[in-house]
Amino acid sequence: MTAVTEHQPPPRSIPQAHASLERASYGDWVFRILLTLGAISIPVLLAFLVYQLYSGSHLAIAKFGFNFVTSSTWDPVAEQFGAFPLIFGTLVSSLIALLIAVPLSLGVAIYLTEFAPKGIRQPVAFLIGLLAAIPSVVYGLWGIFVLTPILRSSVFPFLRSTLGFLPFFRGPIYGPSMLAAGIILSIMVMPYVMSVSREVLLAVPNTQREAALALGATRWEAVITAVVPYGRSGIIGAIILGLGRALGETMAVTMLIGNRHEIGASLFAPSYTMAAAIANEFSEAVGDMHLSALAYVAFLLFLVTVVVNAGARLLIWRVARGSGVGSKAL
Amino acid sequence: MNRRILRRLVSNLMVGLMIGAVIVALLPLFFILLNLMVKGASSLSLDFFTRMPAPAGETGGGVAHAIVGTLIIVGVACLIGLPIGIAGGIYCAEYPTSRLTWVTRFVADVMNGTPSIVVGVFAWAWIVATQKHFSALAGSVALAMLMIPMVLRTTEEMIKLVPNSLREAALALGYPRWRTSLQIVVRTTLPGIVTGSLLAVARIAGETAPLLFTALGSQYLSFNINQPMAALPLTVFTYATGPYEEWHRYAWAAALVLILVVLVLSLGARLSIRRRFDLNA
Repeated sequence: MTAVTEHQPPPRSIPQAHASLERASYGDWVFRILLTLGAISIPVLLAFLVYQLYSGSHLAIAKFGFNFVTSSTWDPVAEQFGAFPLIFGTLVSSLIALLIAVPLSLGVAIYLTEFAPKGIRQPVAFLIGLLAAIPSVVYGLWGIFVLTPILRSSVFPFLRSTLGFLPFFRGPIYGPSMLAAGIILSIMVMPYVMSVSREVLLAVPNTQREAALALGATRWEAVITAVVPYGRSGIIGAIILGLGRALGETMAVTMLIGNRHEIGASLFAPSYTMAAAIANEFSEAVGDMHLSALAYVAFLLFLVTVVVNAGARLLIWRVARGSGVGSKAL
Repeated sequence: MNRRILRRLVSNLMVGLMIGAVIVALLPLFFILLNLMVKGASSLSLDFFTRMPAPAGETGGGVAHAIVGTLIIVGVACLIGLPIGIAGGIYCAEYPTSRLTWVTRFVADVMNGTPSIVVGVFAWAWIVATQKHFSALAGSVALAMLMIPMVLRTTEEMIKLVPNSLREAALALGYPRWRTSLQIVVRTTLPGIVTGSLLAVARIAGETAPLLFTALGSQYLSFNINQPMAALPLTVFTYATGPYEEWHRYAWAAALVLILVVLVLSLGARLSIRRRFDLNA
């Protein structure tokens, strides 16, 4: 090697080096262009998605405007549409889901990061993570044939007899209902809230725990006074992330909520959500205005989930800046 | 002294409650899998995989059309989604200071949180509404949209694990940047990128909502991606909500097949990712 370079006069090797450098920079240029195309197509696709949602719904937006959100009529024949019952159903079912899922998933997350024996931490987190891998339609199937019969025969009558003084637990009991949808949603949302809040708790520095324990706190007191407050905004972020999942969840809810355009206080009554209405009516919609109204619902759902997810992301970032927490679940 | 006992009692009580939460959280998984096995396995047979559905009300038949349909729809979605997702992921990891990286990463997160039904409406408005007929291609486009942000993020995370010294060594030996990226960085992380892609496939294979009004479903075996096509998740939905006892049995069997595919894909991917992490650590 050395012999060769010694024999070659420097003036000849410089143009050669130039040529290979140029070829290299040409290759770099092509490579970067290709990657840039890939990267840039993602914002372009999102812009295109927003444009398509708008163009699909502009008929309804022009006709109903903001009244769409507050009106309760849904009459495809008269071409009068209002999404209030859908929005109501979406919010209430998601709220039920969070009421059940949040205490459970926080309990699991705290137990797994602070108390559980080392050997079972990973396996349990892994198993609960599997819940997130089950397709929505399978939850719906299970809900129809296993969960709803149990709820109708034992859980709902029990709730009515013990909590019947509340307006939520009165009225006739059907199988498919707001509460059934809320319960199946809570199972589906739980793995997301659990895994993100677990990552947040893992990111809390050990000095927090040690300081509380050194001051004489019990292990539970250390968690509740020093660990959870430190990760509070991240945990709230995890909950909001779960809310985002619940709002947009479609198939299981469509199969369990009963699909009725009405608002009622009773959680035993069938209801409807935005996503379920789109899923049920879109392929059989009569007329352009019906389609446009459904696309408008999709547009609203999109905007709400963007706001909710952006909020969740900001909160999670505040706790664990740059450590990638939540990126997998988001 | 009394107070101390009380505090310890509260602590133990809370731990007990949390153990209860773990058990309650694991119950649904256990029961869903158990019910699928019990109710689904009895209807599984060779016919189920190889034959077409029997006319409504009759027994026998299978879901061969839906299995083929799912393979085609997911395959086309991979052809569209994987190159974009992987290229975007490499870009974000290799040019971390670029402004486009920041935008792309943010947009990918927004897209990841977008409900799949909304993506379905997008594919409908773009392809079905302009072509005036339902098509499997529109379903593939919707699934690709769901896949891109997932693939992008896992590719980026995987590439970030490559130690910078490897990159520097290649550059110091006179490798141009693009060959460093492709032959050193991407090649080292290839197993990671593959498992990330498998995870994304597992996620989209079970998606139903975006296919409802794009691929629509069909009773016939079809290989034409410009026509409506059956898919396994759609079959589960139609059969589960249908009126016949026979259909319900097929819904359970189809769901069992679906979940086996999804779980094998995601379990395999997760386990191999974990093994890589352990090796690196």
